[in-house]
Amino acid sequence: MQAAFYLAGAVAVASTALMVTRLNVVHALLYLVLSLIAVAVAFFALGAPLVGALELIVYAGAIMVLFVFVVMMLNLGDEASEQERRWLAPGIWRLPLALGAVLLGGAVALVLPGDEAGAVQPVAPKEVAVSLFGPYAIGVELASMLLLAGLAGAYHLGWQRRARQPEEEVRDGLDTAGARPAAGRGAVRPGPRRPPRAA
Amino acid sequence: MLMSLEVMLNAAGLAFVAAGGRWAQADGQVMFLFVLSVAAAEVAVGLALVLRLYKRTLSLDADAASRLRG
Repeated sequence: MQAAFYLAGAVAVASTALMVTRLNVVHALLYLVLSLIAVAVAFFALGAPLVGALELIVYAGAIMVLFVFVVMMLNLGDEASEQERRWLAPGIWRLPLALGAVLLGGAVALVLPGDEAGAVQPVAPKEVAVSLFGPYAIGVELASMLLLAGLAGAYHLGWQRRARQPEEEVRDGLDTAGARPAAGRGAVRPGPRRPPRAA
Repeated sequence: MLMSLEVMLNAAGLAFVAAGGRWAQADGQVMFLFVLSVAAAEVAVGLALVLRLYKRTLSLDADAASRLRG
């Protein structure tokens, strides 16, 4: 129990450090997924199974898929696929695989019946639910309002982007028709050295 | 930037859950659920902003969006 927690914590710290130092967005995202899974294993080791499962489903599942989707959407084209082929060089898999193997070992050790001497008191999901819908009911309502506001805001921003695109681009002096093929040259580019628009 | 924000929110959630586990209280996990919903709302709005920024400036550099227009 204790060992699994420390193991998962070490993996989380290591993969987060690797995530911060990656120059490549997709590599950083995959390290972030590994870090979130490590934190989920740490939650299981801490005796919080509900939160651990939610961390896996919501964070490592939904939010990370959203991130990967947006990052993949930002650079399309043949050049991007060539770039991705270069990114997935064989040697790049070793470190994530090693970290993931350590994490898997920790999770397996957690599942196997062992000595329960240093085990923490697990908090059952039922207690969480009773507390959540008892004294914290106002927080649930506030969270629902926040999520609704987030949904409306994201929809508004995404919708406005398409509807008001042409006039804004003209006013900024950026030509969409000429500039769109330039997107394949690499997603991250410093602003001042932006290439002049293709005539 | 958004990924680092996720990491920070996650660290706060981990601290909540660890404190809740230490005293065997459910409050820590409740707070983590709130942190989770905040992170979900934040990432939805943030990614919409990133898409918009990319369409406008054709770059993911936040410094490229330093000009405000009223």
